[in-house]
Amino acid sequence: MSVESKTAPLVWVEAEDPREHLLLDPRPPEEMNQMIMDAMHRTGPGFWTLVIVTGALILIGLVGAWGYQILKGMGVAGIRRPVYWGVYIANFVFWIGISHSGTFVSAILRVFKAEFRRPITRASEMMTSFALIVAGMYPLIHLGRTWRFYWMVPYPNQRQLWPNFHSPLEWDMMAIFTYLIGSTLYLYLPLIPDMAMARDRSTGWRYKLYRVLALGWRGSEPEWHHLKSAINIFAFAIIPVMFSVHTIVSWDFGMTMKTGWHSSIFGPYFVTGAIFSGVSAVATVLLIVRKAMKLEYFLRPEHFDSIGKLILIFSFAWTYFFFADYLTEWYGGESVGKELITLQARGPVAPLWYLMLTTNILIPWLTLWSRKVRRSFWGLMLVTLGVNVGMYIERYIIVTGFLTRNRLPFDWGMYNPSIVEILISIGSLSTFIFLYAVVSRLIPLVPVWEVQEGQVTHTLRRVGRALVPSVAELE
Amino acid sequence: MSEQGHRWTMVVDLDKCTGCQACVVACHAENNIPVVGEDEVRMGRAMHWLHIERYWEGEYPNLRARFMPVMCQQCENAPCEPVCPVFATYHSEVENINVQVYNRCIGTRYCANNCPYIARVFNWFDPEFPEPLNEQLNPDVTVRRRGIMEKCTFCIQRIRRGEETAEAEGREIRDGEVQPACAQSCPTGAIMFGDLNDPESHVAKLVRSRRSFKLLEELGTEPAVVYLKGGDFHVG
Repeated sequence: MSVESKTAPLVWVEAEDPREHLLLDPRPPEEMNQMIMDAMHRTGPGFWTLVIVTGALILIGLVGAWGYQILKGMGVAGIRRPVYWGVYIANFVFWIGISHSGTFVSAILRVFKAEFRRPITRASEMMTSFALIVAGMYPLIHLGRTWRFYWMVPYPNQRQLWPNFHSPLEWDMMAIFTYLIGSTLYLYLPLIPDMAMARDRSTGWRYKLYRVLALGWRGSEPEWHHLKSAINIFAFAIIPVMFSVHTIVSWDFGMTMKTGWHSSIFGPYFVTGAIFSGVSAVATVLLIVRKAMKLEYFLRPEHFDSIGKLILIFSFAWTYFFFADYLTEWYGGESVGKELITLQARGPVAPLWYLMLTTNILIPWLTLWSRKVRRSFWGLMLVTLGVNVGMYIERYIIVTGFLTRNRLPFDWGMYNPSIVEILISIGSLSTFIFLYAVVSRLIPLVPVWEVQEGQVTHTLRRVGRALVPSVAELE
Repeated sequence: MSEQGHRWTMVVDLDKCTGCQACVVACHAENNIPVVGEDEVRMGRAMHWLHIERYWEGEYPNLRARFMPVMCQQCENAPCEPVCPVFATYHSEVENINVQVYNRCIGTRYCANNCPYIARVFNWFDPEFPEPLNEQLNPDVTVRRRGIMEKCTFCIQRIRRGEETAEAEGREIRDGEVQPACAQSCPTGAIMFGDLNDPESHVAKLVRSRRSFKLLEELGTEPAVVYLKGGDFHVG
């Protein structure tokens, strides 16, 4: 995204003044609406460069490389016996992990009434939907006969055959579809009042688009009432779905007989890792859009500060599960398990493994306790990018590394991704960036009405000579 | 045929195996398995349904090679079966073996990952049978296209033919009448095949041997392939 140098530098001062907080620093509603409308129209050369470059990479990766793979066969990928699953599955797990950002930041923080969530919910919900779209492509890319993918869908067919409901892949497909539909609806619901806001301030094709998407929203009392209940239901309902999705993804591995994969801790371990990487990705994306779309009023140091704390907590949690999993494997002393430990500590994947430990544990633990780092652009940017590099490595090692060691030593192998796999991976990353960049110019990236609602409830009251922040209960 | 049907079993005598690979070649010829070429083999993509695992024992110069032919173990409790989302791999109640339905396979390769013997092979590309290999394709066996999992079938086409012949002649299948290509071609007779439900069959007697064991028995997959232990004591 275009990071223009003209934008005001981030001034991260100690938040003594209560007006540092967005909710205690209200502006006239119309001014805020206009800020969001302006942000949606901000399409400079940087934006177009990004769209064209990512668009070209999508063409190369997903049309060119994937098309080639479909026509030639899976052999153009680097997978081989015994590593039958390669980076496609690692990417799949990674993107499913990124998709946990939206639900976590939005639904869980909404349910717990964490007020700092207000301006950042939309941006993270969008990440959920787009990351799921990208993740959902990978099982298709991964299939040997992609053109037969619909055989996994349960529908009455001329083959007179249901899919096998015993297969974790079948559970997986259903969990992802449920999550994609649920999270997209959950993205859409809080969007309706903002669509109406945009409708009333647009002309031309934008007006037509927003008129359809606003569903005739007029802002009457019953409408607000229904919307609030619907959002509430979805916020509660999407949380178990989120947990189920990554748990089931982990069961793709946990249900097998493979040493290293067959572990009961994989469910919570993967969910924690997913939230860890998802929340970090939220921080990365928010840092970029804040600059690129000039949203400094809405996205403030306090928000990054809170996200930084969350990331630190999830780094602790992830480390706990990681340690528990490895200690059990090591202490058990089973020969294949020992080989897996050796593979990571001294084997071919050792450099990656140590890099992962550095970016996921060492760096967050050393830096994120500091308020200054949490509030600095480059500080938080580098830490969160590092976390996602580390989390990607974790999935890469678990998927491709563990498959190289088997019970019979004759069946050991190795794996390197091929150029086709790399191009497809870049293409899918570009898909995410492309979708995010384009859609961020089509729908308001900050839920203005939620911010305004929060500002109504948060006031500064005079008590004697001091101004005291006071919060009113909304419901 | 006994009441319970057949229980096809393969016995591999490791003492007799010389690692000559005749079984591997016979398997390729019988089952229309493509020969993928040196580069692909170096990648680890040889498509042998049956491979000879070679292990070195001892230190130089007191070194000896051990050979172990490993094919699909036709597990009674097969880990590959439940994980397939489209029932491409499932347990045949009739033959009592684990069968692969090529037409159903969509290529998730989950079965291959869950096989503790890594006995399954994948069609990375469309098969090619350059001259003169195309002249010897077996008409009883499907040629598989790209993106499909396959594995040893115990030469099910031969089992079927044996059953049909016996039925046409109104008799039971005789012991040793059905021979998969590997057993037929083994010069030392290390691979033997028969019906375990017939207590008088050759394999039923061998399975009762003190030397018999199953590969990775502790996993509880209950293979239908039984190995007879090799070792210095038995080597002639």
